[in-house]
This record gives sequence, structure tokens and C-alpha cells, in this order.
Amino acid sequence: MMYGFAWDTSSPLAFAVSILPILGIGLIVTLEAAAAGFAIALVLGLLLALLRRSRFKAISWPTAIVIEFIRDTPLLVQLFFLYYGLPIFGIVLPAFLTGALALGMQYSAYTSEVYRGGIDAVPRGQWEAAIALNLGRARLYRDIIVPQAIPRIVPAMGNYLVSMLKETPVLSVVTVVDMLNLANLIGDRTFEYLVPLSLVGLIFLILTMICSAGIHWLERVLPKNGIALR
Amino acid sequence: MNWTHYLMPLLRGAEVTAAIAVASTALGAAFAFAAGIARVAGGPVLSVVAQVYIEIFRGTSLLVQLFWLYYALPLVGISFGPVVTGIAGLALNIGAYGAEVVRGALKSVPDAQHEAARALNFSRGYTLLHVALPQAVVEMMPAFGNLAVQNLKDTALVSLISISDLTFRAQQLRNLTLDSMRIYFLTLLGYFAMALVVSAFMRWLEKKLRRGAAFPRGAHG
Repeated sequence: MMYGFAWDTSSPLAFAVSILPILGIGLIVTLEAAAAGFAIALVLGLLLALLRRSRFKAISWPTAIVIEFIRDTPLLVQLFFLYYGLPIFGIVLPAFLTGALALGMQYSAYTSEVYRGGIDAVPRGQWEAAIALNLGRARLYRDIIVPQAIPRIVPAMGNYLVSMLKETPVLSVVTVVDMLNLANLIGDRTFEYLVPLSLVGLIFLILTMICSAGIHWLERVLPKNGIALR
Repeated sequence: MNWTHYLMPLLRGAEVTAAIAVASTALGAAFAFAAGIARVAGGPVLSVVAQVYIEIFRGTSLLVQLFWLYYALPLVGISFGPVVTGIAGLALNIGAYGAEVVRGALKSVPDAQHEAARALNFSRGYTLLHVALPQAVVEMMPAFGNLAVQNLKDTALVSLISISDLTFRAQQLRNLTLDSMRIYFLTLLGYFAMALVVSAFMRWLEKKLRRGAAFPRGAHG
């Protein structure tokens, strides 16, 4: 019995059906963690990308090192670092937020590269033409660069969202009650891990298939020439 | 406690991490080539088997896979120790990602190469081994480099199935001393240093392979 749902261990199928609503509650937490982490990664990644593009070497070099450091170290250790480290500075966050922050930080290193790649992929002639036309920096980015970068950035971001979704179970280690955590709890109480863990795997498989289809669709419908922001 | 006291236990853990990373990357490369080649050149059965393997291991979460192998599989009578389970789990996961790289690289070998091989009356196996693969391997290397670093990072998860790797040692030290910041920062530095070594090694390997592909010798001639 968990969240008011009793399980039925009479057969594997009955067991699977009876614990589905419990895992469903965990699924919501998993999706929320991925959404929160992704939002953080999008903002933090943009910040890192802008700092990385700075004209001042004193800013761009340290940023490059930070990005490389975050990207080359494991999410699990970063999560422990934040989970046990932040309270020392008086920052006490719920486990869920710490987890979302760790996910967001790890993936900001990836998204910053996506932003950078998307902006760098806009042909040089576009920049030169904008200068020749005497457009200001704001108009250059808003009307020329960003609209053309979006179709390159969005599908890559989608792929990272899927990767992040698959890494959210790591958050269960710091007491976030996600799908994997609930499957383990059910296993601890019923001594039956095969069905709950297999079910979690199956749900992830379905989720990633839906997401991949969504990304393919986005790639198809996004206009290759760019999206006007006005 | 001085932070230098953390070094010895962490280094012992790093040794385990390095060993597991090397073993699972090597085994993962074998899975990647087997599944990737099966997808491109295998018969209908082999190709579908490889595709199912790739979809399952790329489509689900690594931690779920490790727990499944470690906690669920023994219930149906299949049980290995944590180290074998950890290495196998990591290798199966990274192998599935690698298989897509192998497939992409093999498909990018120009058709003319295959036509030329047929004109020279090479067998399918010989063409694959001595014409397509030597060219494709070079194209795989940048992606393989990323996957090797990814796999090194993923080894941290085996600490959760009771292997005393770097992360596990860090966790132990923290529980003992509560000195979280310094212990985890040292741990992160350890992974960073290992990742730099892995990247450098993969770039060196790529350079060597590129030279080999540009000037084929002996059996490749």
C-alpha cells in the first residue's frame, strides 16, 4: 500500500497494473524535475555562452574552463556537492530543487555549446551585411542572427532534454521521490524488484520515443531560413 | 583533519574508477562494433536484434539499467557480482550509443568504394574489414572520444551498487568527517583530471588512425 493504492502480487501482470498509479505519481515528479532542470539549463547556458563569447580574455577563458569542468565531471558528484555543500553557506533547499539545480548546471555546459554553435553557424556574410546596412547591435541580433540560429538550436536542445529526462533517476539518491525511488520502495516492501524496475524502464522507453518523434517533427516544421521574431 | 588525509582513500577509489572505466569502455566498443556492423551488414534477424538492443539501452535510463541488472535479474536466477554487473551495465549502455556512431560512419563510406571492391572481386567480409572499416573508424573517433568521457562520468553510478570507486570513497569520507566541500571538490578534480587524460588519449589514437588510413600498408593495401 502506497499513496492509498494497494498492490496485488497474485500475478506479474496484476502486480504491474496495480503499481502503475503509484509509478504515475513518481512520473510526475520525474517530468517536473526534468522541466525545472531544463529551464535552469536554458538560462544558465545562455549566460555561459554570452560570457564565453566575451571580447575580454579575462572573462572568456575562465568561462571556457568552467564549462569544460562542469561537462567533464559526473552529475552524481555535482549533486552531492550541491546537496551537502549548499547548506554550509546557509542555503537550504528542498531535495527536489537541489536536484533540479544540479541537472540544470550539468546541462548548462551542453546548452552553452548549442547556443554558441547555433550563433556561429550563421554565415559570416549575414554579419557583414548587417554592418554594411549600419544596423545596431540590438537589431543585428533580434532581426538577423537569432531568427536564423533558432532552427539550428531547437532540435539540439530537444536532444539534451531527452538526455536530461533519462538522468533524472539519479536524483532519487538524494531522497527525491521519483519513479525509480518509488519502484525501489515497492521492491523493498514486496521483495519483487523485477516488475517495478522493468515497468520504470518501459515507461522511460515510451517517453523517449514520444520525445524523439516530437524532435523529428520539430526539425521538419521549423523553417530552415529562420523564424522572424516580429 | 587536513585535506591531504583525503588523498590516499580518494586515490584508491580513483584506481577502481579507472579500472572500471577502461574495462567498460573496451567492452562497450566491442558491443558498439558488433551491433553497428549488424545494423548495416547483418541479415534481417541480426539487424533487428541489434536495433532492439540499441533502442532499449538508448531509450532507458542508465541508473534504471544498473538497478535492473543488480536487483531484478538475480530474482530470475541470473546473478553476478557488483563489479561484473557494473562493467556489463556501463558497457551495454555506452555500446548502444557507440553502435549508432559505427552505423553512421559505415553508411558514410562512399558507394564507389564498395563498387570498386566488388569490381576487384573482394568478398563482402573482406570489403567490410579491409575497405569500409579502416576508413569509417577514423570518422568515428571524435564521437568515440565524447562517449569515452561520458562513460567515465557514468562510472560514478556504480558507487550506488556498492562498488568502492572514487564517488563511493568520497561518500564514505564525508560520512566520517562531514567536510563535504573539500572532499567533493577534490573528487570533482579527480574526475576532471581523468577526463582530460581520456580526451588526450582519444585524440592521440585518432591521429594515429588517421595516419594509418591515409597511407594504408600491408593487408590494407
